[in-house]
Amino acid sequence: MPTAAAPPRSNEMLKLAAIGTIAGIFSGLFGVGGGTVIVPLLILWFGYGERLATGTSLAAIVIIGALGALAQGGIYGNVHVVTGLLLAIPAVLGVVLGTAIQQRIPQRAVSYLFAALLIGIAIELILK
Amino acid sequence: MNELLAILIAIAGGLAGGLVGVGGGVLFVPALTIFIGLTQVEAESTSLLMIVIVALVGAIRQKGYGNVRVREAIVIGVLSPLGVLIGVGVANNVSERALQLSFAALALFMAGQLIYRARSRA
Repeated sequence: MPTAAAPPRSNEMLKLAAIGTIAGIFSGLFGVGGGTVIVPLLILWFGYGERLATGTSLAAIVIIGALGALAQGGIYGNVHVVTGLLLAIPAVLGVVLGTAIQQRIPQRAVSYLFAALLIGIAIELILK
Repeated sequence: MNELLAILIAIAGGLAGGLVGVGGGVLFVPALTIFIGLTQVEAESTSLLMIVIVALVGAIRQKGYGNVRVREAIVIGVLSPLGVLIGVGVANNVSERALQLSFAALALFMAGQLIYRARSRA
Protein backbone atom coordinates (compact mmCIF):
# COMPACT_ATOMS: atom_id res chain seq x y z
CA MET A 1 0.00 0.00 0.00
CA PRO A 2 1.59 3.31 -0.97
CA THR A 3 2.06 5.76 1.84
CA ALA A 4 1.44 9.47 1.40
CA ALA A 5 4.30 10.59 3.62
CA ALA A 6 6.94 7.87 3.34
CA PRO A 7 8.33 6.99 6.78
CA PRO A 8 12.13 6.82 7.07
CA ARG A 9 13.45 3.39 5.96
CA SER A 10 15.05 1.16 8.59
CA ASN A 11 18.67 1.95 7.66
CA GLU A 12 17.75 5.64 7.66
CA MET A 13 16.15 5.15 11.08
CA LEU A 14 19.43 3.65 12.29
CA LYS A 15 21.39 6.63 11.02
CA LEU A 16 18.85 9.04 12.57
CA ALA A 17 19.12 7.13 15.84
CA ALA A 18 22.91 7.43 15.61
CA ILE A 19 22.68 11.19 15.03
CA GLY A 20 20.34 11.56 18.04
CA THR A 21 22.67 9.52 20.23
CA ILE A 22 25.80 11.35 19.06
CA ALA A 23 24.08 14.72 19.57
CA GLY A 24 23.13 13.61 23.08
CA ILE A 25 26.70 12.47 23.81
CA PHE A 26 28.06 15.87 22.80
CA SER A 27 25.34 17.59 24.77
CA GLY A 28 26.30 15.56 27.85
CA LEU A 29 30.04 16.04 27.30
CA PHE A 30 30.23 19.70 26.37
CA GLY A 31 26.92 21.29 27.40
CA VAL A 32 26.00 22.21 23.84
CA GLY A 33 22.59 21.77 22.24
CA GLY A 34 23.78 19.28 19.66
CA GLY A 35 23.29 21.37 16.52
CA THR A 36 27.05 21.38 16.04
CA VAL A 37 26.88 17.68 15.11
CA ILE A 38 23.26 17.39 13.84
CA VAL A 39 23.65 19.87 10.96
CA PRO A 40 26.86 18.46 9.43
CA LEU A 41 25.69 14.84 9.85
CA LEU A 42 22.32 15.53 8.17
CA ILE A 43 24.19 17.16 5.28
CA LEU A 44 26.99 14.57 5.02
CA TRP A 45 25.05 11.34 5.78
CA PHE A 46 21.62 12.17 4.35
CA GLY A 47 22.51 14.66 1.64
CA TYR A 48 20.11 17.24 3.07
CA GLY A 49 20.34 20.71 1.61
CA GLU A 50 21.72 23.22 4.09
CA ARG A 51 18.34 24.90 4.77
CA LEU A 52 16.57 21.57 5.37
CA ALA A 53 19.43 20.44 7.65
CA THR A 54 19.39 23.62 9.75
CA GLY A 55 15.57 23.70 10.01
CA THR A 56 15.37 20.04 11.05
CA SER A 57 18.24 20.59 13.49
CA LEU A 58 16.36 23.46 15.18
CA ALA A 59 13.27 21.26 15.58
CA ALA A 60 15.38 18.47 17.15
CA ILE A 61 17.08 20.98 19.45
CA VAL A 62 13.68 22.05 20.82
CA ILE A 63 13.27 18.51 22.22
CA ILE A 64 16.91 18.06 23.30
CA GLY A 65 17.02 21.48 25.00
CA ALA A 66 13.64 21.00 26.71
CA LEU A 67 14.75 17.64 28.17
CA GLY A 68 18.03 19.21 29.35
CA ALA A 69 16.36 22.32 30.80
CA LEU A 70 13.78 20.16 32.60
CA ALA A 71 16.54 18.00 34.09
CA GLN A 72 18.64 21.00 35.14
CA GLY A 73 15.69 23.12 36.31
CA GLY A 74 13.54 20.35 37.75
CA ILE A 75 16.26 18.24 39.38
CA TYR A 76 19.02 20.71 40.20
CA GLY A 77 17.27 24.11 40.23
CA ASN A 78 20.06 25.74 38.21
CA VAL A 79 17.88 27.61 35.68
CA HIS A 80 17.51 31.39 36.20
CA VAL A 81 14.06 31.57 34.63
CA VAL A 82 13.49 35.36 34.58
CA THR A 83 16.99 36.12 33.25
CA GLY A 84 16.60 33.41 30.63
CA LEU A 85 13.19 34.66 29.50
CA LEU A 86 14.31 38.31 29.33
CA LEU A 87 17.44 37.47 27.32
CA ALA A 88 15.40 35.16 25.08
CA ILE A 89 13.55 38.23 23.71
CA PRO A 90 16.57 39.69 21.84
CA ALA A 91 17.69 36.13 20.97
CA VAL A 92 14.31 35.42 19.31
CA LEU A 93 14.66 38.68 17.37
CA GLY A 94 18.03 37.35 16.18
CA VAL A 95 16.70 33.96 15.09
CA VAL A 96 13.78 35.47 13.14
CA LEU A 97 16.25 37.77 11.37
CA GLY A 98 18.76 34.92 10.87
CA THR A 99 16.24 32.54 9.27
CA ALA A 100 15.00 35.34 6.99
CA ILE A 101 18.57 36.14 5.87
CA GLN A 102 19.29 32.41 5.38
CA GLN A 103 16.49 32.11 2.77
CA ARG A 104 18.14 34.85 0.72
CA ILE A 105 21.74 33.60 0.59
CA PRO A 106 23.06 30.61 -1.44
CA GLN A 107 22.86 27.28 0.44
CA ARG A 108 26.61 26.75 -0.03
CA ALA A 109 27.25 29.95 1.95
CA VAL A 110 25.54 28.24 4.93
CA SER A 111 28.04 25.34 4.67
CA TYR A 112 30.94 27.80 4.66
CA LEU A 113 29.50 29.69 7.67
CA PHE A 114 29.06 26.39 9.50
CA ALA A 115 32.62 25.30 8.66
CA ALA A 116 33.87 28.65 10.03
CA LEU A 117 31.88 28.06 13.24
CA LEU A 118 33.37 24.55 13.62
CA ILE A 119 36.91 25.85 13.04
CA GLY A 120 36.31 28.59 15.65
CA ILE A 121 35.08 26.02 18.18
CA ALA A 122 38.08 23.75 17.43
CA ILE A 123 40.56 26.61 17.98
CA GLU A 124 38.83 27.58 21.24
CA LEU A 125 38.97 23.96 22.49
CA ILE A 126 42.64 23.56 21.52
CA LEU A 127 43.66 26.81 23.23
CA LYS A 128 41.76 25.99 26.46
CA MET B 1 26.31 48.51 30.11
CA ASN B 2 26.88 44.82 30.90
CA GLU B 3 23.18 44.15 30.33
CA LEU B 4 23.38 45.88 26.95
CA LEU B 5 26.34 43.70 25.93
CA ALA B 6 24.45 40.60 27.08
CA ILE B 7 21.47 41.67 24.93
CA LEU B 8 23.72 42.21 21.88
CA ILE B 9 25.33 38.79 22.33
CA ALA B 10 21.84 37.24 22.72
CA ILE B 11 20.86 38.77 19.35
CA ALA B 12 24.07 37.37 17.82
CA GLY B 13 23.32 33.93 19.29
CA GLY B 14 19.83 34.00 17.78
CA LEU B 15 21.24 35.13 14.42
CA ALA B 16 23.66 32.17 14.48
CA GLY B 17 20.72 29.89 15.25
CA GLY B 18 18.77 31.15 12.27
CA LEU B 19 21.70 31.14 9.89
CA VAL B 20 23.36 27.80 10.69
CA GLY B 21 20.78 25.87 12.73
CA VAL B 22 22.50 25.66 16.10
CA GLY B 23 20.83 26.61 19.39
CA GLY B 24 23.14 29.52 20.14
CA GLY B 25 24.43 28.17 23.45
CA VAL B 26 28.00 28.76 22.27
CA LEU B 27 27.28 32.48 22.69
CA PHE B 28 24.59 32.43 25.42
CA VAL B 29 26.81 30.69 28.00
CA PRO B 30 29.66 33.25 27.92
CA ALA B 31 27.12 36.14 27.86
CA LEU B 32 25.48 34.77 31.02
CA THR B 33 28.74 34.13 32.88
CA ILE B 34 30.71 37.23 31.87
CA PHE B 35 28.01 39.92 31.69
CA ILE B 36 25.26 38.62 33.99
CA GLY B 37 27.57 36.95 36.52
CA LEU B 38 26.02 33.47 36.65
CA THR B 39 28.19 30.45 37.51
CA GLN B 40 29.11 28.07 34.69
CA VAL B 41 26.47 25.48 35.66
CA GLU B 42 23.76 28.15 36.12
CA ALA B 43 24.73 29.69 32.78
CA GLU B 44 24.62 26.36 30.93
CA SER B 45 21.23 25.54 32.47
CA THR B 46 19.74 28.99 31.79
CA SER B 47 21.18 28.86 28.28
CA LEU B 48 19.19 25.64 27.70
CA LEU B 49 15.96 27.52 28.48
CA MET B 50 16.92 30.25 25.97
CA ILE B 51 17.90 27.60 23.40
CA VAL B 52 14.46 25.95 23.65
CA ILE B 53 12.68 29.27 22.98
CA VAL B 54 15.05 30.29 20.17
CA ALA B 55 14.95 26.83 18.54
CA LEU B 56 11.14 26.69 18.80
CA VAL B 57 10.64 30.06 17.10
CA GLY B 58 13.38 29.27 14.57
CA ALA B 59 11.89 25.85 13.79
CA ILE B 60 8.41 27.37 13.30
CA ARG B 61 9.84 29.97 10.89
CA GLN B 62 11.82 27.29 9.02
CA LYS B 63 8.69 25.09 8.86
CA GLY B 64 6.94 28.01 7.20
CA TYR B 65 9.75 28.15 4.62
CA GLY B 66 9.38 24.36 4.07
CA ASN B 67 12.73 23.49 5.66
CA VAL B 68 11.79 21.05 8.47
CA ARG B 69 11.39 17.24 8.40
CA VAL B 70 9.35 16.85 11.58
CA ARG B 71 9.47 13.04 11.90
CA GLU B 72 13.26 12.92 11.51
CA ALA B 73 13.70 15.76 14.02
CA ILE B 74 11.57 13.92 16.59
CA VAL B 75 13.61 10.70 16.19
CA ILE B 76 16.86 12.63 16.72
CA GLY B 77 15.48 14.58 19.68
CA VAL B 78 13.84 11.69 21.47
CA LEU B 79 16.92 9.44 21.23
CA SER B 80 19.32 12.11 22.52
CA PRO B 81 18.85 11.34 26.27
CA LEU B 82 20.45 7.93 25.65
CA GLY B 83 23.47 9.77 24.29
CA VAL B 84 23.45 12.24 27.18
CA LEU B 85 23.77 9.34 29.63
CA ILE B 86 26.68 7.90 27.61
CA GLY B 87 28.27 11.36 27.36
CA VAL B 88 28.07 12.03 31.09
CA GLY B 89 29.48 8.56 31.81
CA VAL B 90 32.38 9.11 29.40
CA ALA B 91 33.03 12.61 30.76
CA ASN B 92 33.52 11.16 34.24
CA ASN B 93 36.06 8.58 33.05
CA VAL B 94 38.14 10.36 30.42
CA SER B 95 40.37 13.41 30.97
CA GLU B 96 38.75 16.71 29.99
CA ARG B 97 41.76 17.64 27.87
CA ALA B 98 41.44 14.44 25.83
CA LEU B 99 37.74 15.22 25.27
CA GLN B 100 38.46 18.79 24.19
CA LEU B 101 41.14 17.71 21.74
CA SER B 102 39.03 14.88 20.28
CA PHE B 103 36.05 17.20 19.77
CA ALA B 104 38.38 19.78 18.18
CA ALA B 105 39.68 17.11 15.78
CA LEU B 106 36.14 16.02 14.91
CA ALA B 107 35.03 19.66 14.38
CA LEU B 108 37.97 20.26 12.01
CA PHE B 109 37.21 17.02 10.14
CA MET B 110 33.53 17.96 9.69
CA ALA B 111 34.49 21.50 8.63
CA GLY B 112 36.77 20.02 5.95
CA GLN B 113 34.00 17.69 4.74
CA LEU B 114 31.46 20.53 4.53
CA ILE B 115 33.85 22.76 2.57
CA TYR B 116 34.82 19.88 0.23
CA ARG B 117 31.15 19.00 -0.38
CA ALA B 118 30.11 22.62 -0.95
CA ARG B 119 32.99 23.21 -3.36
CA SER B 120 32.36 20.03 -5.34
CA ARG B 121 28.78 21.17 -6.00
CA ALA B 122 29.94 24.45 -7.53
